[in-house]
Amino acid sequence: MTPRDVRLFYRLMNMHCVDVAPLVSQGLDHELPRAERIAVALHLGICRSCRRYRRQLLLLRSVLAHLGPEVETPPVCLNSTLPPEAREQIKRALQSQNS
Amino acid sequence: MSGIPGGHDEYRMRIPADRYQALLSRMNEPTTRATGVTPPLDPDGWVDRHGDVLYRYALLRLRDPETSAELVQETFLEAYRTRDAFAGRSTERTWLTAILRHRIIDHLRREQRHRSVPLPDDESRAAISSTFFDSHGRWKKPPADWGGRPEALLEAREFWAIVESCLGRLPNTLSTTFWLREIDGLSGEEVCVAAGISQANLWARLHRARLLLRHCLEKHWFEGGHEESTTGHDRKTQDAPGNDA
Repeated sequence: MTPRDVRLFYRLMNMHCVDVAPLVSQGLDHELPRAERIAVALHLGICRSCRRYRRQLLLLRSVLAHLGPEVETPPVCLNSTLPPEAREQIKRALQSQNS
Repeated sequence: MSGIPGGHDEYRMRIPADRYQALLSRMNEPTTRATGVTPPLDPDGWVDRHGDVLYRYALLRLRDPETSAELVQETFLEAYRTRDAFAGRSTERTWLTAILRHRIIDHLRREQRHRSVPLPDDESRAAISSTFFDSHGRWKKPPADWGGRPEALLEAREFWAIVESCLGRLPNTLSTTFWLREIDGLSGEEVCVAAGISQANLWARLHRARLLLRHCLEKHWFEGGHEESTTGHDRKTQDAPGNDA
């Protein structure tokens, strides 16, 4: 092993929650490099908090999927509707396209 | 225009299978499924039928009513101009939403150019770290137990109100990129290109957004007493290593 390998190894073996949390997050978006993947797995093995964090991020993701563009009528409670003036303006603009 | 941006396949797998089937069939009707014939577009009814949904779509992502109304108008006009290109591969709404989404991305890109340089990664990393982690690198407030029945959440109206409220609290610098990635399902690469940011910057933003959102949700929903009771649930075995996905 080169000194660089040793330093990297040491760094990965000494990861704390603050270092692991961003990697857990990143792992949701793409596959982590092997060394990071192993380090995260090791940390998760001994840390209940970070295990929960990961589980909760996954839950969050599946919850947010229900707001996605594939959903025709999203379950949102926002009562916002297109303001009447804007609605009329758009209709007028569309009609003038017609003529 | 296919409607679903690349990188969505991985995203799709996270939606429960029965829900996904339901969504898919809703999305495919009422176009070619029944008759094999493309129904004619009906621009006169567009504003009434789709105006509110599109407006909400924009408002959730932009937080600004005026800009949202503006982009909705641009969407309808562009859709009208290009209506001959609508091949009927998706529903009217999906098509209109896709146009709106591109408008939002363009808007975002324009905004990005005028905004001041975002915080260097080091500074923002330090800030987020000290908010959630102590000097030893451990959670200041460890994630709480959210109980054993996440599916029950989806049925609760108040839960969605809180989700929406928490999403609304995300700082603007995080909000749009988070939406594009997490909710619209754009790939990391697509979001980077759309927002004009580096990959490292994107990951930093997503990390912060997720920390904030999770924290907000925990505080307002799970600690607000809405959580289903987990008595009778053996917490010890639930959290033992190896029990998690």
